[in-house]
Order: sequence, then C-alpha cells, then structure tokens
Amino acid sequence: MFTSYEFIAFILVLFLVYYIIPKKFQWILLLAANFMFYYSAGTFYPVFILVTSFSVYITGRILGGLDKKLDVYVEDVKMGKIPKPTREEKKAYKKKINQKKKHWMLLCLFLNLGILAVLKYTNFAIDNVNVLLDAAGKNSLPYADLILPMGISFYTFQAVGYLLDVYWNKCEVQTNFFRFTLFVSFFPQLMQGPISRYGDLSKTLYSKHNFDWKQVRFGLERILWGYFKKLVIADRMSVAVVMLTEDPEYYTGAFVILEMLFYAIQLYGDFTGGIDITIGIAQVLGIHLEENFIRPFFSKNIAEYWRRWHITMGTWFRDYVFYPCSLSRPLKSITTFCKKHFGMQAARRVAVYISTILVWLATGIWHGAAWHFVVWGLANGIIILISEELAPLYQKFHERFPKLVATWGYRAFQVIRTFSLMCCIRLFDNYGSVRVTMRQYLNMVVKFDIHDITKQELLGLGLSMQDYIIVAVGVLLMFFVSLFGRQGSVREKISKKPYLIRYAIFVMLFFAVLLLGTYGVGFDAQQFIYNQF
Amino acid sequence: MDLEEIKEGVLDILEELHSDIDYEAEEKLVDDKVLDSFDLVTLVTELGEEFDVDITARDFVAENFNSVDRLVAMIARLLDE
Repeated sequence: MFTSYEFIAFILVLFLVYYIIPKKFQWILLLAANFMFYYSAGTFYPVFILVTSFSVYITGRILGGLDKKLDVYVEDVKMGKIPKPTREEKKAYKKKINQKKKHWMLLCLFLNLGILAVLKYTNFAIDNVNVLLDAAGKNSLPYADLILPMGISFYTFQAVGYLLDVYWNKCEVQTNFFRFTLFVSFFPQLMQGPISRYGDLSKTLYSKHNFDWKQVRFGLERILWGYFKKLVIADRMSVAVVMLTEDPEYYTGAFVILEMLFYAIQLYGDFTGGIDITIGIAQVLGIHLEENFIRPFFSKNIAEYWRRWHITMGTWFRDYVFYPCSLSRPLKSITTFCKKHFGMQAARRVAVYISTILVWLATGIWHGAAWHFVVWGLANGIIILISEELAPLYQKFHERFPKLVATWGYRAFQVIRTFSLMCCIRLFDNYGSVRVTMRQYLNMVVKFDIHDITKQELLGLGLSMQDYIIVAVGVLLMFFVSLFGRQGSVREKISKKPYLIRYAIFVMLFFAVLLLGTYGVGFDAQQFIYNQF
Repeated sequence: MDLEEIKEGVLDILEELHSDIDYEAEEKLVDDKVLDSFDLVTLVTELGEEFDVDITARDFVAENFNSVDRLVAMIARLLDE
C-alpha cells in the first residue's frame, strides 16, 4: 500500500492537516487516519484491531487496579490503618493479588494469540490433517474461509508486549482507551513493523508537535530513500527472482547462487526500504520509532546478524519468549537437575538451548503458516547453537593468530561467510518448499557450472542491461550509505553541506525514484514482502 | 540473612560461573556483556536455589544484574517481600 498513489496523497494531506490543526488534536487526527488507512485496506479489518485494543486495554486497567490495591494495602499496614499482619499473612495477600493478575493476563494473552492462531494457522492445520486423511484414504476437510487482517502479527505482538510489560510493572498503564488504540493501530507500522514498545513509543506519540523543518526534512529524505530502495532496486530485482524461483528445474546449479544473491538484494531493499518509509513518516509527524536495522549485512556471525536485522522482532522474542521461557519453573528445575548430575557447564546450556530452539520455532511460525518457515526458523536456531559450541575453538584460533584476526581480510571473510550462510538459509523462504530447497542445495554443488550464466540467460530473466546497471549502481549506493552510516547519521552529514549540494542530492533522489522506479509496462509495484506476515 | 552473607553467596555463584572475572570491580556486568544470556539464566536459577527466592521476568532487568551490589540489593528486596 505504501507504493500506491492514494497512499502518497493520503500522507501528504495528513502532514498538512497535522500541522494546521490545534496541537491538542494531533493525536486524534492520527487515530482517525489509522482507521481510514485500515478501513481502506479491508472493510472488516478495524473490527479485529478494535477487539485486540479493547481486550488488552481493559486487562491493562484491571492489572493496574490490582497493583494499586496491593500498594494501598502495603501503605495501610505502614500507616497502621489496619492491624499489622504477620509475614505469612502479608505473603498470602500478595500471592492472592498476583494470582489474580496472572489469571487476567493469561486470559487476555490466550484471547489475542488465539485470534492470531485461528486466523493465521487454521488452514495450515487443515492442510496437515488432510495429508494424514489422504494417506488413510479418507475424504479431505474443506479449507476455512477466514479473513487475515493486514499486519495482525505486528499489532498483536505490540499489544501483547504492552500487556506483559504492565503485568511485570515495566510500564505505566494507559487509562485512555482511544490513546491506547492509537498505540496499537499506528498506521505506518501496521504493515511490517517495527514492533514498538509502549514505553518507547508513548514518549512521542501523544505529545504536541511543533513544525520542526529539520525533522520534517529528515523524515522526507528518509521516505524518499525508502522509496528508492523499494521501487528502484527491490521491485526491479523481484522480476528476476520470480523467474528464477518459478522454474527450479531449469534454473539450477550456478543459478541457485545467483538467485541467493538477487533475493538478498531484493529482500534488503524491500524490507529496509519499507522501514525507512515507516520511520520517515513518523519522523515527519514528530514521532520517534526504534531502528529495525543496523547494517545487518556487515555482521560477522549469525547471532550478530539477528541483533542487527529486524531488531524489534528479535528483541520482542528475546524479552517476551526467550527469557520468560528460560526462567520458567520447569526449565529452572531442569537446570538444577543438570547441575547436580552433569555439572555447571551442562546446566549453563540446557535452559538456553531449549529456549533458543523454542524461540526460533516460534519465529519461523510467526513468519508464515508453512513447513518451510518452521525449517527456516529451526535452521537459524541450530546454527546459532552450533556457533555457540564452537566459540571456544574460535577463541583459541583468535588467540593463536592475533595478527591474522586483526586484518581487514579476516573481517571481510567473516562478513562474507555470514552473508553466504544467511543466503543459504533464506532459500527456504525463497522457494517456499523444503523439498525444492534441499534439492537445490544439492544441485548447487553437483550441477555447478559458472558458464551457465551467460549474458543471454541474464537477459532472459525479464531485465534489460540497463536494469542490471541501475541495480548495480543502487546496490553500490546502499553499500556506501551503510558504510558512511558507521560514523554517524548520513543525513546529518548531508545537512552540513552547502544548500546547492543538499538540494541537488534531494532532487536527484526524487527524480531517480520518479524516473527509474518500476512503474512501466511489465512491472507492477510489488506488495512489501513482510506485509504478508 | 544480612547483606554480607548475601554478598558472599552471590560471589560464590558468580565465581563458579567464571572464576577469571573480578566481579567486585565490575559495574556493568550486563551492559558490557561480561555475562551472556547463558550466564544470566544460570545465575537466576542458582540464586533462586541458594536464597529460596523466585526471580521472575519482572525482576529480570539489566539494572538488577549489572553489579554484585545490585544483585545483593535485589535478593535482599525479594527476601524482604
């Protein structure tokens, strides 16, 4: 939707009205804009987001009320307003309150994750049951005709994050339902994140914003940069990626490596471009969103890659799944058991290993209701754990050859190794089939012949030589912008240049998007890849 | 249990995890990644066992784990509760 003319007109009008109306109404305008946006995406979509907002809001209020009740009790005891309870009585009262809190939290959690599970995974479950029924010679079950609201995974996670933060007293309770709904439904984030925390987003979401030309200009520049990545690079690259994946029988051997490379370019341009547009829109509105990428393709191992790619999803899973799971009673018991029987080193691993596999299983399923996503998630988790086990070996190697490790070449080797490994794992997502992916892994080795990739074959992928040149220049541009970004904000650096240079860059980028964006015959502005999650 | 006893218990557990770290000098055990997620999860289990307290996700924030003193303060608070 970000790439439609209607959307661009919508945000331009919104920007204008936002700074014209009295500041106290800005957040109300945003709330109205959210629902206009969501309604235009699907007539019934607002109903789902309202159910989530309302249930989480009410539960938040109840949890807040129970905390207050406990505070009043403690205060009354302190002030002598009630007879001083024994330590056991005090403990029992606190336990009772905490039990109530837990029940409400679980009820709300199951309701919201249940909605997500039913809408997103029912047909996946039916699909698997049908395989079994088919094997048993029975009739297949019909598929359910369900609505899958846009961005349901993102807004559900955002709301659940708030619920758990309130439950753990890590953020304040929002007492205004409409303000809370604004947090859950903030439209730029609905399609592909970032997944915000209430404690972070609420700092700027409800404030009164003055027109700040620097912020607006920076926001617009970022939006433009996002469109450049999406329309000029990613959508152009997607034409070749579709050709390569649609015919895996023909495009095999060396073409699999070509495809991995093309898909990496497409996914990076698409996802980081989309997030640039999202963060840019918020910045124009004076709202701060957390960064979702920090030069991920420069990572030196997979664990680092996942700390730099889709950061808000990674930290969400870390804080709301990994740690609670690792610290749960069953896993604590397993840790204690392992320490007694197998020693500290085994105990140190067991809870983290089990939680890591669970988190990656959940991450895979969150990405999509299909087995290839499950395998994709598990592959990530297993490689991270293998790396962890090999860490002492790497350490020894680093200590043995300190001069080599300090070289630029060794660091480049680590970066290329991580990039290649991630490209290999991404093939599951790319082909959308575990069987085809496994076959292509084999073919990549046994049928490899670099001479298969001829100029004629490249031009047969739906792109002209000019397209390849545009993509190559675009990739170089993204590379250098990332590189310069290591020493601070690129936009800050540009803003210190003379007016002429500043506006020349801005105008060139604008015309690059306008003239080189993929709108013409044979192209179709693609949906964002992460939109489907 | 007084604070000194708690501190002794906390240091014993930490030293069992990594004997080569000068814990008393560290002020950012989590922020500086002196302790990784493996260590933190084990530490929570061990502290729970040693002091008979329940450290849950609510207490699991970096500021409670950044130094020996912060850890001691958290245990003392949980014992008091």
